[in-house]
Amino acid sequence: MKSAVVLLPGLNRDRDMIAALTKISGKAPATVWQTDTEIPDVDLIAIPGGFSFGDYLRCGAIAARMPVMRAVAEKAAKGVMVIGVCNGFQILVEAGMLPGALMRNSSLKFVCREVKLQIANANTMFTRRYQPGQIIRSPVAHHDGNYFADAETLARLEGEGQVVFRYAEGTNPNGSINDIAGIINSQGNVLGLMPHPENLIEAAHGGNDGRALFEGALGIAA
Amino acid sequence: MIKARVTVTLKNGVLDPQGKAIEHALSGLGFGGVGQVRQGKVFDVELAETDKAKAEADLKAMCDKLLANTVIENYSVAIT
Repeated sequence: MKSAVVLLPGLNRDRDMIAALTKISGKAPATVWQTDTEIPDVDLIAIPGGFSFGDYLRCGAIAARMPVMRAVAEKAAKGVMVIGVCNGFQILVEAGMLPGALMRNSSLKFVCREVKLQIANANTMFTRRYQPGQIIRSPVAHHDGNYFADAETLARLEGEGQVVFRYAEGTNPNGSINDIAGIINSQGNVLGLMPHPENLIEAAHGGNDGRALFEGALGIAA
Repeated sequence: MIKARVTVTLKNGVLDPQGKAIEHALSGLGFGGVGQVRQGKVFDVELAETDKAKAEADLKAMCDKLLANTVIENYSVAIT
């Protein structure tokens, strides 16, 4: 399985994502720049975290309108898996590839800490290596992770199992509606989440709870 | 040249933690009777277009495509 990482000015977790994909898949991912209009033939495209375009206007708003995102949307329409982490999630939402919006944390503070995540849907390409309802650890680091969707969208997300990760055990760091930490599109190939699974994949990170996500997506035996 | 002001505000029902914090800060400064405060954005845009109707249509397209996130925000356009 091959992967690619989207690079945009202002991202700062791109090296973490590249390191995680390289360690887990054994192959360095391809990298694509914001102005690229073609993405190589890969199975998984990752949009890392950071502060693309300085979070100007709205988090992810400018990045979502870059040429590379049109190419990502075309690949996604063909069934290629896409994962957006943190700013990557914000970019996917701004690009209209995932529903809802990510607003300022209810505390108004940037949060950088560890949270507990419940696997709300273990029946996705990304979460198939976890047990339904399993609680895992994950770092978070963001200022705008407060997921919001209107009542109709929310009912659809909940009803269709599109809520994939939920903050558990009272660790919701941002006030997101229904404790939502990550959602998937209705086709099941585009995932966005605020937490950073790529930062918890080996002993040196203090744990490897995030590893199974990439192993599942890349079809690699645990 | 046409100058316009675009105002982007949060839709009703969308929680606005920043507006809430400002509301509390105003009360803290002794301004009594401050009700709800909602924070928004203002864009002053200059356009080479001279036809006002065309300019307004362009500005609305700009709002839909970039300036506003219509999931959570409303916008209004005023040619000045």
